[in-house]
Amino acid sequence: MIEVGLNHFLVVSTLLFAMGIYAIVTRKNAIMVLMGVELILNSANINFIAFTRFGNFGLQGHLIALFVIVLAAAEAAIALAIVLNIYKTLSTVNIDEVDSLKD
Amino acid sequence: MTENSIINISLAILFLPLLGFVVTLLLGKKVKSIYLFEVFLITVVLIASIFLAFSKLSYFIDDKIVSELEWFRLSDTLVINLGFLLDNITVLMLFVVSLISALVHYFSIAYMKGDERYNRYFAYLGIFTFSMNGIVLTNNILMMYIFWELVGLSSYLLIGFWFEKKSASDAGKKAFIVNRVGDLGMFAGILILFLTYNTFSFDTIFQSIGAGKLPFNSDFWLSVTGILLFMGAIGKSAQFPLHVWLPDAMEGPTPVSALIHAATMVAAGVYLTIRIFGLLTADAMMFIAVIGMLSAFIPATIALTQNDIKKVLAYSTVSQLGYMIMALGVGAYKFAFFHLVTHAFFKACLFLGSGSVIHAMHHEQDIRNMGGLRKKLPLTYATFLISSLAISGIPLTSGFLSKDGILASAFAFGSLTGYWIFAVVGFLVALMTAFYMFRLIIITFHGEPKDHHKFEHAHESPFVMAMPLAVLATLSIFIFYTPNPFSADQGWFFNKWINSAELHAPNSTRFDFMQSEVLSETEHAAEQNSLHGEITYSGKYTEAMHSAHYPAMFLSLLVALAGILIAFVFYQWKKVDVDKLANSIKPLYNFSLNKWYFDEFYQKTFVAGLLGLSKIIAWFDAKVVDGIVNGSAEVTRRLAFFTGGFDRIVVDGLVNLMAYISGFIGLIFRRVQTGKVQTYLVLVIFSIIILLFLF
Repeated sequence: MIEVGLNHFLVVSTLLFAMGIYAIVTRKNAIMVLMGVELILNSANINFIAFTRFGNFGLQGHLIALFVIVLAAAEAAIALAIVLNIYKTLSTVNIDEVDSLKD
Repeated sequence: MTENSIINISLAILFLPLLGFVVTLLLGKKVKSIYLFEVFLITVVLIASIFLAFSKLSYFIDDKIVSELEWFRLSDTLVINLGFLLDNITVLMLFVVSLISALVHYFSIAYMKGDERYNRYFAYLGIFTFSMNGIVLTNNILMMYIFWELVGLSSYLLIGFWFEKKSASDAGKKAFIVNRVGDLGMFAGILILFLTYNTFSFDTIFQSIGAGKLPFNSDFWLSVTGILLFMGAIGKSAQFPLHVWLPDAMEGPTPVSALIHAATMVAAGVYLTIRIFGLLTADAMMFIAVIGMLSAFIPATIALTQNDIKKVLAYSTVSQLGYMIMALGVGAYKFAFFHLVTHAFFKACLFLGSGSVIHAMHHEQDIRNMGGLRKKLPLTYATFLISSLAISGIPLTSGFLSKDGILASAFAFGSLTGYWIFAVVGFLVALMTAFYMFRLIIITFHGEPKDHHKFEHAHESPFVMAMPLAVLATLSIFIFYTPNPFSADQGWFFNKWINSAELHAPNSTRFDFMQSEVLSETEHAAEQNSLHGEITYSGKYTEAMHSAHYPAMFLSLLVALAGILIAFVFYQWKKVDVDKLANSIKPLYNFSLNKWYFDEFYQKTFVAGLLGLSKIIAWFDAKVVDGIVNGSAEVTRRLAFFTGGFDRIVVDGLVNLMAYISGFIGLIFRRVQTGKVQTYLVLVIFSIIILLFLF
């Protein structure tokens, strides 16, 4: 049996991070992009928890993870509201087509 | 009773009318009966002034009560003070002002009834009373000047009270502007005093003069200062040659004429001269006497022929003020103030009486349309008659005492200096005064009514108008001033209440008879004199006055009776055809009727001269000044054309170049801005990766 160590956690979180980036960059649907953002946030959470578990940081990591979860909830609410408004005005959630600031 | 309470009472007397003014003016439109507040306040002021005069004359009769307050400080030596000076003259004058003001308030309640600016009228009366009391109370010439201008303002407001009438608003302006001429001189005099003595206070100035400090160290400049200060009095007291505004001021409501233009404000000039009497030199007094003489004579001749009831009284006022001024000029300081007080009462009575007549006749002022009013207005007639007897100088009246005193002084002055002209003119004016006053009475009250319609509707005035007339007529009787109806000398008013003049001008500059004998007297007497700050006239003067007393008395009685007799012969018994007489001396008659052509003369010289000068200046402005302005504008325009070109080509070129470069750079970089979030994100990620590798 391999002992599960810090590196394992970091690998998982890195993978999660990369998947999040990939989702943000490639997906056309705004909802999908948001899900990518969530992935990135959670990869950061895993890192925090892992460092707390293996490092000597007391409860700081847990606390920050809790903050991030709260923050993610708020962010999701705002972002979804924005998406809803975009849909209302432009009748699409395809972020490729949302480029009126260009001109 | 302490000095402090005296000061407090006089503060109340000063400021209560101001309170009345503010309240009445602010609430005048909202509260219809707010004028009663002003009337109430003036009654309080009257009671306070009676109380003040009583306490001053019983407890502090020999004291001069002074109270000063620092106003501001220019440097350690230059301190400007506000202050009160209360001597007997002050409290008597305060009483006169408050009494007449109060009576005029009561009178106006009925006289002004129904006027659309009823409350504002009372507010103006309030500010007038405030400023007049200020003049009376002050102990320094600066404050006097301030209140001097304030009475000028209230006079202007009240003359032009019916400003819808063009003649009224013109008269207001005329009064204001003519007064300004005199005030200019007064202001110059004040500046000389301040320059020399660094103070405005009368007492300090007099002390310095007594100590030998003179303006520019010369007697001449002391005379000039006196004359300049007196110029203020020429304007305010309507003396020749600035008397032209007073007859026009009759455009104001009649009670105002009684208060301001007969009894109090025009007497302010005399009051000022009384206040500065100590610094007058013989030359200045001579000037004052001549001005007074002319002002007594010229208006008296004009009053002979006027047909407007108020115009006659106005010219008579100027004439009587001329008497007072002449009295001061010939050194009869006490008699001048005495005449001021008696004249204030009987002339206010005459004016209010004329107001009563005008009121009864529905604003008819021409005496040719009156007549026979004796039956309709018995009380007005009686009071008018008493006051006319007083102004004519018939025994048992107050006017006899004061006028006789002035004539006797002029007589004594003649015998002492050889200038008999003042006495001669004085008696002549007394003759004319008696004549024109009785001419007025006979035409107005005797004979047959001319305008029957108005006569039928005439009615005696209500109580609030009759009461002031009765009070003032009563005060025209001798008993209030002296127990002896033929001489004021023994009376309390003349002997006890009015202090002798204080003389401070250097001995060498005074008239011979006014030189103090302090130096030749014993030490004791000198001490006594300096203790009171009073220097009596020389024994020579007392002797001359004594010997002048009886001749002057008989002569003045004679001319007064002669004047009345002539008036009766001309107008009552019609022994002489007046119109024919007037025709036979037509040039003289017209000269008098047209007021010596003073207005025309001023119109032709000063007004036309000023207009001509203005035209020249306007031409200069239009051609020269405007030419310079236009020329410089043209030069500027040319210059601007060149700088404009430089601006367009060089400066704008540089700016445009910068803009073009920026635009070019922007053109390149705008390709990066796709508007797609994901592109940006990729760029960010790659940038971060590159940065990570670099560092």
